Parts: sequence; structure tokens; C-alpha cells
Amino acid sequence: METVSALVLIFLSAAIINNFVLYYFVGICPFLGVSRKIGMAFGMGLAVTFVISIAAFLSWAFTFYILRAGAPIPTQVWALLGGDPETTVDLSVLSYIIYIFVIASSVQFVEMYVRKFFPALYKSFGVFLPLITTNCAILFACLEILKHLQDPMNLWGLHEALALAIGGGIGFTIAISLMAGLREELDMCDVPKALRGTGIALLVAGILAMAFMGFTGVDKGLANALAMLSN
Amino acid sequence: MAHESPTALERFINGILPENPIYRQLLGLCPFLAVTNAMAPAMTMAAATGFVLIAANVMVSAIRGLLKPHLRILVFTLTIATFVTIADKVLAAYLYDMSKQLGPYIPLIICNCLIISRCEICASKQSIKVAFADGVGMSLGFALALASIATVREILGSGSWFGVELLSPEFWPAWGIMVLPPGAFLVMGVLLGAAEWYGNRKKAAAAAQTSEA
Repeated sequence: METVSALVLIFLSAAIINNFVLYYFVGICPFLGVSRKIGMAFGMGLAVTFVISIAAFLSWAFTFYILRAGAPIPTQVWALLGGDPETTVDLSVLSYIIYIFVIASSVQFVEMYVRKFFPALYKSFGVFLPLITTNCAILFACLEILKHLQDPMNLWGLHEALALAIGGGIGFTIAISLMAGLREELDMCDVPKALRGTGIALLVAGILAMAFMGFTGVDKGLANALAMLSN
Repeated sequence: MAHESPTALERFINGILPENPIYRQLLGLCPFLAVTNAMAPAMTMAAATGFVLIAANVMVSAIRGLLKPHLRILVFTLTIATFVTIADKVLAAYLYDMSKQLGPYIPLIICNCLIISRCEICASKQSIKVAFADGVGMSLGFALALASIATVREILGSGSWFGVELLSPEFWPAWGIMVLPPGAFLVMGVLLGAAEWYGNRKKAAAAAQTSEA
């Protein structure tokens, strides 16, 4: 029960309360670039959710077994090489490079999959599909997982990492689809010439972020309510 | 090459205003919005991004003869990731509080599309000298843009600039919204509109002049 409620909290917090786009400002480039049509925005959101889950799975595994301080595999290797058993082996300096590698390969994988099974979608994405590699939302999820694996008191398992990643991906999908809907309506409005395009999109995003601020503190309240229920 | 490549000086000047990475090209918006609620973190961010941009530009330019077309993006990102690791460790060693405050946004420099686009457009095609000048110009432009939005947000949001109090709290009730996420979007939208408006006006004036002459 406790684990399930913790997972639900992580998921909701990533998806809505601390929305990746509107609260942490990650993934702004596709948020402004691909949010002109709802269909495309939704597809983009799903692709990002998919990539983010694969990347989170791989980066959790890499971090847990290889990169974090005192991880099992390097410690074994170090012992095999006859190193001092008292030393803690810490490879976390390599983490950024490994994450980028993991993300780039997952994007490549998704690209191949989409090209084979959804050629129409592949055509409509164009250059934006490979650009998912430089979507900071994905690297941000990896970094959050790294942060929670460095704290030995509260070590995250794979299920928590996946809850965060999927929640973040869905939060991104929600934000980008909302934005696309608003922008489709904006096409019919008389916007001052200087603000047309990105300017008005940013102002709309600001108001959207204000609306999402209404969720502030919901995660704490939910945690309290769940704790009271389980007592 | 069909057309003349820009020289070092042109690259340097272009980076600051005419091709300003934020206002003209809309690249690298994530750190731009995330760290600009005060001047100090914004300038640290600009310095870190500048270091990575210049170093990656020089490095990519030095190995441009060895680049294979289908692998170049991967090479760019791995080069950038290496320099970001260096910047991150240096910041954590010498400016620990600032590094804690900036948190994940320092490693997120890896995903700053500005750096990849400079590697692609300039560094992978031109000499080290031009790439260096381009990096310096673009970093200055980026720093200038960060400073502009951070100034507005810090003065309106907390009545201070670089932590020095300018407006006393008695007659300036700080606009809390400015230091919160929505303020970043709003200020950015308005500033972008202002830059666009100014650019349009200058263009119109130039057009009027040519038609008179």
C-alpha cells in the first residue's frame, strides 16, 4: 500500500503538480516549435513519453549498477584487479556522457520503429524526431533519477524511476496538447504584429503556467491524506 | 564554396546582436527561462554556457576533417557533454552554493540547442580562429539576453539587482509572480515582442529611406 501511494505521488507530481514544461522549463523548444496542430503535438508527446521511459529504464540500470558511488559492478572489477577493498569506486563523473549516449540510442531506436510501422507519422515529424535527442525533458528525467540514486537513505528502485519518467512524459503531452489547442484558436485572433508567432505563444504559456500553479501544495496534501488513510 | 563564408570578425559581431541566439534565433530557451529570476544565477549560467560553447566550438573545429556526416551530431553532443562535466565539477568545487541553486540546469547545458547549432553551422566548417570568434560572440549575445530578462525579473520581483536593494519594500510591493515560473514566460514574451517591434520599425525606416532615394 505504502509503495503504491508513493508511486502515485511521484507520478502525479511529475505529470501535473510540478509539470516538466510549465514548472521546470524543460522541453521548451518542442513546446514552442511543434505546438501548431493538436494532432502533431499529441504524437510528439507520445514519442517523447516513449523515449523518456526507455531512457529512464536504461539510465536507472546504468546508474544503479555502474555509475553511482559504491555500485556493484565497478566494485567487483576493482576487487578483481586487486585494488584496496576499503576504497569506494565512484564513476558518477561519467554519468552525463553515458546519459547522452543512452538518449541518442533510444531516439535512434524509436526513429527506426516509427519509420517501419508508421510511415505517415514519420513523414509528418520530419526533422523534429531526431531532435528529441536534444529535448532537455529526457535528460532532466535521467538527472532526477541520478539525484535519487545518490542518496543512500532513500534509494529509488526501478518502479519509482519509471513512475517519474512516464509521469513526466504524460505531463509533457498534456502541456504541449493544451498549447496546441490554444494556438489553433489564436490563429483566428487579431494579434499585434510584433507579438505574432512566438511572442504571443510565450504569453499564453505564462497564463497556462499560472493556472498550473494552482496545483502547488497538492502533492503535500495528498501525501498527508494517504498517510492518514493508511493509519 | 558557392558563397563567401563569414570571417572571424563578422561571426563575432553577428553573435552579439544581429543573430542574437535568444531574440533572433530562439535557441536555448530552457536555461534562459529557468535561471533568470535573479542576476547572479543568470550570470553564472551565462559564464558556464559560454565556456562550453567556446570550448566545444574550438574542439569541433579542430577535428572537423575527421567528422563523418552521419555521426557528427553524436560527436557534437559527446564533446559538449565532456565540457559540461568539466564546468559542472569546477562550479561544484569553487561556487558550491551557486551550483546547488542551479541544480540540474548546469548539466542541461548539454541539451542547449544553441551550442549544437553553432557546432553544425560554424565550427564544423570553418577554421579554429573563426570558430573561437563565433563562440565568443554568441556567448556575449547569450549573456546579454540573459542579463536583460534577469534584470526585469529581479527588479520587479524582488526590488533588487545583483542582490543589491534598489527599491525599498515600503513603496515597492515585490511582484511575487515575477520570480515564479509564469513570470519567466510573460517577461520573455513581452521582451520578444519589444525586440520584434523595434526590428520592424528599423526595417520600415530603412525601406522608407531607400524609396525616397
